[in-house]
Amino acid sequence: MTDLTRLTAARMAEGLAAGDFTSEALTQAHLDRIERLNPVLNAYLQVDTEGALATARAVDAARAAGESLPRLAGVPVAVKDIACTVGIPTTAGSRMLEGWVPPYDATIVTRLKEARMPILGKTNMDEFAMGSSTEHSAYGPTRNPWDLERIPGGSGGGSSAAVAAYLAPLAIGSDTGGSIRQPAAVTGTVGTKPTYGGVSRYGVIALASSLDQIGPCARTVADAALLHEVVAGHDPMDSTSIDAPVPPVLEASATRDLTGLRVGVVREISGEGFQAGVLARFEEAVEELKALGAEVVEVSCPHFRYAMAAYYLILPSEASSNLARYDAMRYGLRVGPDGVDSPSAEQVMGASRDAGFGDEVKRRIILGTYALSSGYYDAYYGQAQKVRTLIARDFEAAFSQADVLVSPTAPTTAFRIGDQTEDPMTMYLNDIATIPANLAGVPGLSLPVGVADEDGLPVGLQVLAPATEDQRLYAVAAALEERLHTAWGGPVLDRAPTVESQEVPA
Amino acid sequence: MSTRTRTAETVVPFEEVMRRFDPVMGLEVHVELNTATKMFCGCATEFGAEPNTQVCPVCLGLPGALPVVNHAAVESAIRIGLALNCEIASWCRFARKNYFYPDMPKNFQTSQYDEPIAFGGYLDVEHDDGAGGTEVFRVGIERAHMEEDTGKSLHVGGSTGRIHGADYSLVDYNRAGIPLIEIVTTPLTGAGERAPEIAKAYVSALRDLLKALGVSDVRMEQGSMRCDANVSLRAKVSDDPASVEQAAVPLGTRTETKNVNSLRSVERAVRYEITRHAAVLDSGSPITQETRHWHEDTGVTTSGRPKSDADDYRYFPEPDLVPVAPTREDVERLRATLPEPPQERRKRLQADWGYSDLEMRDVVNAGALEVIEDTVAAGATPAAARKWWTGELARRANSEGVEVTAMGVTPAHVAELDGLVRDGRLNDSMARQVLEGVLAGEGGPAEVADARGLELVQDDGALEAAVDKVIAAHPDVADKIRDGKVQAAGALIGQVMKEMRGQADAAKARALILERLGVS
Repeated sequence: MTDLTRLTAARMAEGLAAGDFTSEALTQAHLDRIERLNPVLNAYLQVDTEGALATARAVDAARAAGESLPRLAGVPVAVKDIACTVGIPTTAGSRMLEGWVPPYDATIVTRLKEARMPILGKTNMDEFAMGSSTEHSAYGPTRNPWDLERIPGGSGGGSSAAVAAYLAPLAIGSDTGGSIRQPAAVTGTVGTKPTYGGVSRYGVIALASSLDQIGPCARTVADAALLHEVVAGHDPMDSTSIDAPVPPVLEASATRDLTGLRVGVVREISGEGFQAGVLARFEEAVEELKALGAEVVEVSCPHFRYAMAAYYLILPSEASSNLARYDAMRYGLRVGPDGVDSPSAEQVMGASRDAGFGDEVKRRIILGTYALSSGYYDAYYGQAQKVRTLIARDFEAAFSQADVLVSPTAPTTAFRIGDQTEDPMTMYLNDIATIPANLAGVPGLSLPVGVADEDGLPVGLQVLAPATEDQRLYAVAAALEERLHTAWGGPVLDRAPTVESQEVPA
Repeated sequence: MSTRTRTAETVVPFEEVMRRFDPVMGLEVHVELNTATKMFCGCATEFGAEPNTQVCPVCLGLPGALPVVNHAAVESAIRIGLALNCEIASWCRFARKNYFYPDMPKNFQTSQYDEPIAFGGYLDVEHDDGAGGTEVFRVGIERAHMEEDTGKSLHVGGSTGRIHGADYSLVDYNRAGIPLIEIVTTPLTGAGERAPEIAKAYVSALRDLLKALGVSDVRMEQGSMRCDANVSLRAKVSDDPASVEQAAVPLGTRTETKNVNSLRSVERAVRYEITRHAAVLDSGSPITQETRHWHEDTGVTTSGRPKSDADDYRYFPEPDLVPVAPTREDVERLRATLPEPPQERRKRLQADWGYSDLEMRDVVNAGALEVIEDTVAAGATPAAARKWWTGELARRANSEGVEVTAMGVTPAHVAELDGLVRDGRLNDSMARQVLEGVLAGEGGPAEVADARGLELVQDDGALEAAVDKVIAAHPDVADKIRDGKVQAAGALIGQVMKEMRGQADAAKARALILERLGVS
């Protein structure tokens, strides 16, 4: 019997519909694999064995009874630990929320349940999604299945590692500055940040409200499109949610020909500071796009150079306010200050926040509090918002010359665990190519375009499209993926060493 | 232990202050809207529910929860703005006001900062001119903005009921997220010695206006309307507080007296702060810019927390909400729903009803304007409607401690009762008995009259017999009447009524007595 976990989600859905196997068997296969490999990878923080199997059995029974079922019914999914799940602890990777069990489901979780997808568990992440390596989780780093000594990207390293290591066919991620796309790039998987407002944020723990967006993680472009369609669409509980039909991403993922499509290579995020092997694979992929019929032009987005600075003012500012609610008064960690008999509410708040937040979170709260302070607001937050407008204009101008834009997703392949923890600025630079999309609210997708010659690690290509034109991402990515798979004789993940074959680092 | 005391500080007599200082006020009124649901979630807003039963992930600030604007609250805000003669913003945003406090679930309050929904208006306030007439003072409205209320802390233990010195605190989040409108006046200058009563008159007029708009319960005692009073003094340079010279004097340092929760207290608190400021200034000390707590029982304020203009709430536009952008059509549609301004309405009704100024004031003070209007509409005479609602019914309501409209007697009942009196079926004292029955839930007035057998005897034979009997029994009184002392007839009327067990028309009895004694 074939290993069910190696199938694509699309193929799993077909097999379930055809009665080739049951959802229980499929779900159990993943749970078994999780049990065996998660102790090494630390991709999941919580595994909901009973809940996942109960959903699987219910789907099997419904199918046996001849009920009509949603397309992905019975296909398991993992959820980043940033989305609230009734009955399953939700921590956002923080000590602050250790053991907190939400009394409500995030809208996307409700949609997964309506799609009758067994939820395998909650995946690891940098604390409150602050980081690019998953090293900033309070529950230990997630390891990259390609090389256990390397990071799986972040903040959604758990979701991408789970998908790359066949611990889940699909996973939910969240992307504030690249937290879906960069992990996808460094694990050889696919990840999409939809248009801002395309997927409900209700019930997803906020990092920076104006930048956060939820999206799919998968092993193929078509699988990502399938999950995208499940979770996308208007939600009256999220005011910033777009009240319009979901872009036809699934239909677009059948595209095989790009004749007449104009592809813009963004000069500012496709050269300087990028690893040689990353650039080589990127340039080859651009040639493949030409071979698919696309017209490739170079575009310039001169204000992208200020994106990083603007991002690291807007994000900490919003985060400092969003994270104020973790005050030990209603839920979450509560500790008293040392040596105080009868502490005041204020002292308990202070002591709990000191004990509950990690260094990176504290760093950003301090940055944000400072940036919003009276007398500094105009110079920092106000200026950053102006930069944001300029970046949106850069995108507008670029999209008048090209239908989609492309760049390498991340400047390097996966770095070693511990390499960048001493210098936050180095880590921040991992998101240099992904941040502009969040600032402008446009959609982006990362797909694997091979491995770097120097380290054999996967390289991602980022596709960007105008707001609400998410289907363009899938059209370009699907056509390119098909061509690359044909050339390679299979997906890039086939080249990854098995987790079992690797020595587990101390 | 708290060392806080409520000992009155030194004050200067008000009249003396007014000889040397010019008071300036700024009033901030928070009004809870009476929308069915909260500002940013679907929770109920009922007052007095069990603690923490009207809450959800949004108003508890649970991780991941997001706000959605209550459009009914926005409409109320716009209507308030229009009624206060404000401009309505065509585009405005909410902002986060960041500070930590246990009764604020998110540790920021979703409010509005530099983009209020309404701004630049005024309210004309009538007040006593001190010479038996009324004057109009125009109160400038700087802005009216939307925000959410916080939860309510109950500090248990300690002597003050405040957080300092308390053993522990309980928080009820039912109030968290209730829609609030904060209405801020411009600095009010030119009021002079009338400042305290103008403060009261403004809050009173605002309360009437909001009531007429139907947007709030405006119950100060329940906290659905709360007033913060800012007061400062500056040197008096002119006998005319509205003069150009006086206006040119820079404003003094202000204090903000929080949560003054009755009309009377607004006047008292402003007056107290004026007299206290003068004493501080006379002592050569500067006024400390701070919040003050008002003590209803002792009539003084005590120091709260220092407050400076640089209080840093780190406001920034609320990224979880889209801007509010009412169209011109929306605004005009809402303008068309505005009620007649209360002052104009009162003038119109007073003229229609022929009430004296004093009578009208009684009616307004009794809060009986609407119910009288309904009663007159139901067919009662204005005089009878006023008599019943501000007389018998008001007394009953007062002694039972309930609203006059909450006793089960409707305007239709009163109109019916008045009809029975005018038709000559009931006299005054019988009408009172019928009302008893209605209050006791025995049915409508006609029903009660029938059931209790209350009806004026229309049979003149019985009345004549009674009159004759009474005259015969009181020959001395009859003689006086015959001698021209007509007022003595009252005693005989009383006796006749007694004979008739009250069921006689007193006017008719009088006429008959006089006729019998030959003095008619």
